[in-house]
Amino acid sequence: MIEEADVAARIVLAHGGGGELTDELIRGQILPRLGNPALNLLADAATLEVVGAALALTTDAYVVQPLVFPGGDIGRLAVCGTVNDLAMVGAEPVALALAMVLEEGLDESMLQRVLDSIASTGREAGVDVVTGDTKVVEHGRAEGMYITTTGLGRVLDGVSLGVDHVEAGDAVLINGTIAEHGLAVLSRRKGLSFASDLVSDAAPLAGLANALVRELKGVRLLRDPTRGGVAGVLADLAAAGHSVEIEESAVPITPTARAAADLLGLDPLTVANEGKFVAVVACEQADRALALCREHRLGTNAAVIGRVTDRQPAIAELMTTIGGRRVIQKPYGEQLPRIC
Amino acid sequence: MSQQIEQLRQRLCSAGEAAGGTVRIMEVCGTHTMEIFRQGIRSLLPANVKLISGPGCPVCVTSQGFIEVAVRLARQHGVLAATYGDMVRVPAAAGSLEQARAGGARVQVVFSARDALDVARENPKWEVVFVAVGFETTAPATADALLLAEREKIRNFSVLAEHKLVVPAMLALLEGGQARIDGFMCPGHVSVIIGSEAYRPVVEQAGCGCVVAGFEPLQIMQCLTRLVEMAAEEVARLENVYTVAVSAEGNRRAQQLIDQVFERGPATWRGLGQIEVSGLRLGQAYRQFDAFERFGLTLGTEPEPPGCRCGEVIMGNIEPPQCPLFDGVCRPTQPVGPCMVSSEGTCQAWWKYHRVRV
Repeated sequence: MIEEADVAARIVLAHGGGGELTDELIRGQILPRLGNPALNLLADAATLEVVGAALALTTDAYVVQPLVFPGGDIGRLAVCGTVNDLAMVGAEPVALALAMVLEEGLDESMLQRVLDSIASTGREAGVDVVTGDTKVVEHGRAEGMYITTTGLGRVLDGVSLGVDHVEAGDAVLINGTIAEHGLAVLSRRKGLSFASDLVSDAAPLAGLANALVRELKGVRLLRDPTRGGVAGVLADLAAAGHSVEIEESAVPITPTARAAADLLGLDPLTVANEGKFVAVVACEQADRALALCREHRLGTNAAVIGRVTDRQPAIAELMTTIGGRRVIQKPYGEQLPRIC
Repeated sequence: MSQQIEQLRQRLCSAGEAAGGTVRIMEVCGTHTMEIFRQGIRSLLPANVKLISGPGCPVCVTSQGFIEVAVRLARQHGVLAATYGDMVRVPAAAGSLEQARAGGARVQVVFSARDALDVARENPKWEVVFVAVGFETTAPATADALLLAEREKIRNFSVLAEHKLVVPAMLALLEGGQARIDGFMCPGHVSVIIGSEAYRPVVEQAGCGCVVAGFEPLQIMQCLTRLVEMAAEEVARLENVYTVAVSAEGNRRAQQLIDQVFERGPATWRGLGQIEVSGLRLGQAYRQFDAFERFGLTLGTEPEPPGCRCGEVIMGNIEPPQCPLFDGVCRPTQPVGPCMVSSEGTCQAWWKYHRVRV
């Protein structure tokens, strides 16, 4: 029995959802205590000047359930997520550090599978795990395994990306179809095992993203729409003072993903991706950016989905397929399927 | 599709003009509410056609007393409470189910009544209580799970239910007369179960037009166009633009399940108060599955949170921004009332899709 008076503030699952509640946790608890100029930017990775070299540093924890899902597993995710965070600040990955928390009783075959997956995804991304740590906790204290990967990158010469560079008139581009990772994982969660051919899009984006910023000086900002989805990235742009107008009909999505999102009552714009970036590119370079993406296997379905406008106060707006308009908001937190 | 939508929009606009004054249309389905916002349909309507989100979100109409009982049950009775997603976030005096879980109570989100029964099978040492809300859409599923539990003699399973019936609420809204309603967009999912003829009393006794609609933008626009045309002609008709899924008589099998397991009686609705014959309680033969009886619980009449105007929002008397708590004290991250909690709630829909940060 829990005491009646016990309504103290506690962490709830939704604090980890990547939405408004995560923002509140970061801005209300973490930044006041740990804030500094590099952290305060809340970029995907921090960029640092170290003895004359521009470096990028990022870290991510992975607690995905189930450990294996269609199109990947926690190992592939851990490499992709970290490599992609480096790529989003215009850096090429140099090295990864890997920390694993294993639960007593975990099948060795599962561990082998995940390690193999880390190795093969690392090869795909051109990066090695150069250091690590392993801990084991009692049965019941972790769900199979948790992974933390830390990535070190080198910022490409002359590249500077950030929300400060965004200008009205810029094009907003995405490198492919949305919502597949979040839906693929949800589809395998207990109770949601609806038959589908949804596959996670988890992929290391450094190759494509690095090529894009090397070739085009007009790339202003790259963001990977993971938790919180594309909506989260667009809402952040609006919160930073830049209005965006998105054409719903231009947003690439497979019929399967659309149907699954409909079934679950989820807005696909708010569903997580692990192999996508949203790029804000100078209008005159949008066509070249699109062509570059489409030449790459991770960008064949790339599309320009909207543009930055000078509307103030800033909002992110969706022009719906039927000609309506509505605001795009960051989701609240945990994604809960509807009940009717 | 956009061409058909545009034709409908033109028809709707001319009907709106012919109607003269304000035409007030209420939808009573959370999914309609969300789709209307998600598709930006309000931005296509003439200024004199107002859409009101009525009592269509199951979480939103659940009485405060029931929420309090559910949270008390989870916190104090050592049970495993299984419920639908949004229910875990509705605040009670002692916090929400989500907060109870963070404090050590066992609360699990399930996606169906049968999933709750699976939880009971997998946790034989726990009393598993399915906290069941919803309209005629979810009531047959609750009945089905309960019959299965009876057949398989699963004794650690019970149901804390507050299922509700849509049509009595529509009639009560019209009879209460606080908010004028010129037409109802009738719910898609509920109508699959109850059939379109179920709305006949709303049209014939209360003289209010009813059109059953599905969830595609085209159907929503067809439904709105027909309702505005009826308002312009000053007639009330019963129509169905969702014939693909909704028949006149509905799903007999699901209706039988409801009748077998539940009996009809009064129910308390947030905002609307007690309405006669608008709720479902477990029938005599199934009382051993009734968590109220099993754990000696009684439904209280706890007040709604101070300052919360969800009740008036549900009745269509005010729009969310007219509530002083909206987007200040009450936000999706810290909801005060259920309309901000539920992903289908009117306040959350406004907050998500309609609010412009200034």
